[in-house]
Amino acid sequence: MRRFSALSLLRAGLDGQKGWSRHWRDAEPRGHYDVIVIGGGGHGLATAYYLAKTHGVRSVAVLERSWIGGGNTGRNTTIVRSNYRQPQLQRLLEFSLKTWETLSDELNYNLMFSQRGAVFLGHSDADMVKLAERGDALRCAGIDAELMTREVVARLVPLLNMSPDARFPIFGGLIQKRGGTARHDAVAWGYARAADALGVDVIQNCEVTGFVITGGKVTGVKTTRGEIGAARVGICVAGSSGLVAGLAGLKLPIESHLLQAFVSEPVKPMLDTVVMSQSIHAYISQSDKGEMVVGGDPDHYPTYSQRGSPHRIEEVAAQAISLIPAMSRLRMLRCWAGTTDMSFDGSPIIGMTPIDGLYLNGGWCYGGFKATPGSGRLYAHLLATGASHEIAAPFSLDRFERGATIDEAGAGPAPQAR
Amino acid sequence: MMLIACPHCGPRAHVEFSYERPMDAILPLDATPQDAARILYQRDNPRGFSDELWRHTHGCRAWLRLTRHTATHQIAAVIPWPPG
Repeated sequence: MRRFSALSLLRAGLDGQKGWSRHWRDAEPRGHYDVIVIGGGGHGLATAYYLAKTHGVRSVAVLERSWIGGGNTGRNTTIVRSNYRQPQLQRLLEFSLKTWETLSDELNYNLMFSQRGAVFLGHSDADMVKLAERGDALRCAGIDAELMTREVVARLVPLLNMSPDARFPIFGGLIQKRGGTARHDAVAWGYARAADALGVDVIQNCEVTGFVITGGKVTGVKTTRGEIGAARVGICVAGSSGLVAGLAGLKLPIESHLLQAFVSEPVKPMLDTVVMSQSIHAYISQSDKGEMVVGGDPDHYPTYSQRGSPHRIEEVAAQAISLIPAMSRLRMLRCWAGTTDMSFDGSPIIGMTPIDGLYLNGGWCYGGFKATPGSGRLYAHLLATGASHEIAAPFSLDRFERGATIDEAGAGPAPQAR
Repeated sequence: MMLIACPHCGPRAHVEFSYERPMDAILPLDATPQDAARILYQRDNPRGFSDELWRHTHGCRAWLRLTRHTATHQIAAVIPWPPG
């Protein structure tokens, strides 16, 4: 692998940018691998990288039905944070955030990881009580959190509507300064390049159409490019988990819904942190290109369409404008939707399935991007050792029937209640 | 945006309705804990036509059974639930 550095960039500039080459091989599938990871999104590629890097498993293939990073990895709003309330999620996301902090160096790839802070706004006394409680819980868990008064919030984000007559008046906020954003496509590309350099076969345009199951054990997969044998197979296709697991006869505690996101035309810097809210569901940041990136609620019905309804666009725009009135003058450039694996408690599933040798990583709802590096490390541990890492153990597939759900929203067993 | 033909109110925008669950995930009151876990949590999650329980929440509030395609959003049938 040719290493990137400031010097190599400079040299390429003087060279007329002629020396660039492919970042990973266009691998042909071999007949057999130790581990097959189904799904070439950020999570799948990260899993393959850590299998090779941490666990020394070099015979690994990542099978991607279209192109890598073309699903939810390229559709999210790129926010990274670990300020969750449930202890199991705190451990999972903090494990991930710590990995983010050194990841660009480790992969020798600029992920544009920017710890610009992640702010939750409070719009009432009750919101502030909830934020203070969350902040206390985070600090007890060793995760950074600072409660902010209304004045501190106003200084941090001068464009917020601080008027007492605002639709959502601002009473204060809670910030995680280590939170921020990362360049989503670069995460897929960086992991693919690093995994490829360790001998992982990243195989695109290779759709899994079935499993080879012998005596209750998975021994390979059927694909559009032939049958491929494997000792262990990991499903990592959040959004389509139900469809792929269905090929093995499994039914999952997951419904596929959709989440929309939006970007505006690019403008000069106007927001240098990530703004979210305790009471309303809008999250706003500004990309490094200058686009305002906005997300909101899912559409709340099962769908694989990757095409959202206009009522949600209207709602998210209304919320964003009520928080930052200056955004009312911006033209929206694009809107799109991703298919999200909605689990029944809002938390992901990382664990074994009832079929020997078949593992599942999915159910990320609409919060999977921030977990990419941690999820990859934990899933690689599971696929390499056959046993769950202690951080991943609470996220097993059988937790629903055991009643051991991890319900951040406290909303009960309904995927549309997230 | 889907247009849902409520049998009582006529065609209405889907924002008046709320999705509840697939028909086969409706829990009988006498289900054993094992059956309850299976019915609640093991979902087909199909890409294609699916029979679903919806409610005209911001309309007549009636429960409805929709036969709806999860990729095209085509709605093949809407009937009151329970029927009759």
